[in-house]
Amino acid sequence: MPEAALTENPASDPTATAAAIDVEDLKVHFRTSAGRVRAVDGVDLNVKIGAFHGIVGESGCGKTTLARAIVGLQSATAGRVRILGRDRAEWQSQDRKGFARAVQFIFQDPLGSMSRRQSVQQTMEEPLRIHGMGNARERRRKVEELLELVALPASVLDRLPRSLSGGQRQRVSIARALALDPEVLVCDEPLSALDVSVRAQIVNLFARLQAQLDLTIVIVAHDLAIVREVCSAVTVMYLGRVAEEGVARPLFADPAHPYSQALLFAVPSPDPRVEATRSRVLLEGDPPSPLNPPAGCRFSTRCPVAVGECRASEPTLRGVRHGGRAACLLADRTRHPVL
Amino acid sequence: MSGPVYAVKNLVIDLYTPTVSVRAVDGVSFEVNSGETLAIVGESGSGKTVMTLGPLGLMPEGVTIDLNGSVTAAGQDLVTMSPKKLSKLRGGQFGVIFQDPMSALNPMLKIGPQLAEQARRFAGLSAKAARKEAVSLLARTGIPDPEDRYDRYPHELSGGMLQRAMIALALAARPRVLIADEPTTALDATVQAQILALLRQIQEEDGIAVVLITHDIGAVSVLADRVIVLYAGRIAEEGSAIDVLTAPVHPYTRGLLASVPDFRSDTATGTREIPGLPPDQTRLLPGCRFADRCAQAITSCRRKRPEVTRVGGAAVPHRAACPVVIAVEGVARHA
Repeated sequence: MPEAALTENPASDPTATAAAIDVEDLKVHFRTSAGRVRAVDGVDLNVKIGAFHGIVGESGCGKTTLARAIVGLQSATAGRVRILGRDRAEWQSQDRKGFARAVQFIFQDPLGSMSRRQSVQQTMEEPLRIHGMGNARERRRKVEELLELVALPASVLDRLPRSLSGGQRQRVSIARALALDPEVLVCDEPLSALDVSVRAQIVNLFARLQAQLDLTIVIVAHDLAIVREVCSAVTVMYLGRVAEEGVARPLFADPAHPYSQALLFAVPSPDPRVEATRSRVLLEGDPPSPLNPPAGCRFSTRCPVAVGECRASEPTLRGVRHGGRAACLLADRTRHPVL
Repeated sequence: MSGPVYAVKNLVIDLYTPTVSVRAVDGVSFEVNSGETLAIVGESGSGKTVMTLGPLGLMPEGVTIDLNGSVTAAGQDLVTMSPKKLSKLRGGQFGVIFQDPMSALNPMLKIGPQLAEQARRFAGLSAKAARKEAVSLLARTGIPDPEDRYDRYPHELSGGMLQRAMIALALAARPRVLIADEPTTALDATVQAQILALLRQIQEEDGIAVVLITHDIGAVSVLADRVIVLYAGRIAEEGSAIDVLTAPVHPYTRGLLASVPDFRSDTATGTREIPGLPPDQTRLLPGCRFADRCAQAITSCRRKRPEVTRVGGAAVPHRAACPVVIAVEGVARHA
């Protein structure tokens, strides 16, 4: 299988039609003066072609590190990543530009990924120039097309990125990522720095682009309501591991893992009448440090229903009621009173 | 309730930084009463922080403000007060919680003594009583093993614990008003829920006034009794939290709420968005500032500043600055 995938156009490879991204037992550990930080510690992830896949979890769960490791911005300690049927590391070392044409990354802070001195026009044209696409006139036309795609007025072309609003900057970074017509877009918290009304605009833009361009999108997010709204699939992470995964709506309607239940329960309702009647079962404490994850199930130290067995061995992902998988011995057997 | 503890009338604030000068707050009046939680809701640039913290002299470095209107607290006029007197009044009357705990806590000093110092200076406690008070505040804000934490430095506490220590610090002077500026924005969902629950508990137990500055509708829904929605330095709508969040009148409030998906509703409506961007504060036009983004705007909206007008007969006055919606839908639109 690997040989075929390496030589053929990934889109026409029959073995690749199921998975756009296939991550197997991925580990990313950092050595620090305090010890080994297990940011990502044995993650399996399968993103289907054409999916809008959300990765959620709290700070320190490893979601950003995972996203960066998928595209090779972060080197892995162990495990492997296949993208569009090809081994990512091999693909990148053999054909760096080809990889960049197929897979693009969007950063949380668009400004940090742009030159301070380049205009929006130059910023958007740069990937086209690097990849030797078209002549000056064709590139200009492509940039105009891209502007239209992300709904930006032509008047932004001569401006510097930092003079734009947060939402406009994120549109520029999305347009630039789309310049080479990629098949896969991996986005690290592209919504976090935006105001509420602008966030909705960018979410809708992602949803429209995905349908219009047949993209596969992986989005790291902490706004659960938005993930439920737009994502087709979701992965919930806790302390470097996958706690639960599945199709977004069924999972959010019937989460099997006590951590997913707590995470969803913590999201307040925008209706104060609902809030006034909701009982307040809260998860206590902060997530433990990934420097020293608890033995057994990593969530057992904060889990309201953990039993002795939970501390003995680390649970693996297994099928649950909503059709996805959860890493919990008691999956489907617990439920928060009012979700 | 014994009348407002913080009252602002016709407040106009011009804000200057080395590169820009803008009218950040343009004719805003509001009151905070003891025993209630008032949420001030708005997006970046709406003026929500400047409006609340500006009159108290709490502005970031490099920002100067020019303030007009009347601001009273504890029966005194803050506008004409000397900076020294203002600082003293602020310390005793107002506790402030920021987004970043380290902007309130001194990293070089142990947690407990910082709290005790506040209690001594502003609540007039003896050194011994202040220490006891500090430990009990740490316990009250949900910090486990408070005797031990008393002698810890800020860097030895986790993010959620630091947030709690900052709340304890804000309470140490026994303020009459607790101002929380985006207290949950930087926190994870589960820690956010803990902090909101803690703020609610403090408000209920102490009966103090809480002012919540936020753009998080969920936090408003959990905590607020009353809400003011700000748009480009002006009040768009105000009223009880239930009226504003469940029966909004102003097209901006409606748009803002529609762009927040309700997680628990079964119908997938899709996230709706408000088109366009907030106005450029350096080039403001006459008339309603939301007009350019508003589907209901008519010609007169762009000419004349809309008055904030009462809608319906709710006990907590519900007001909106949109004559168009009020005319179209009628003033008695909700019972």
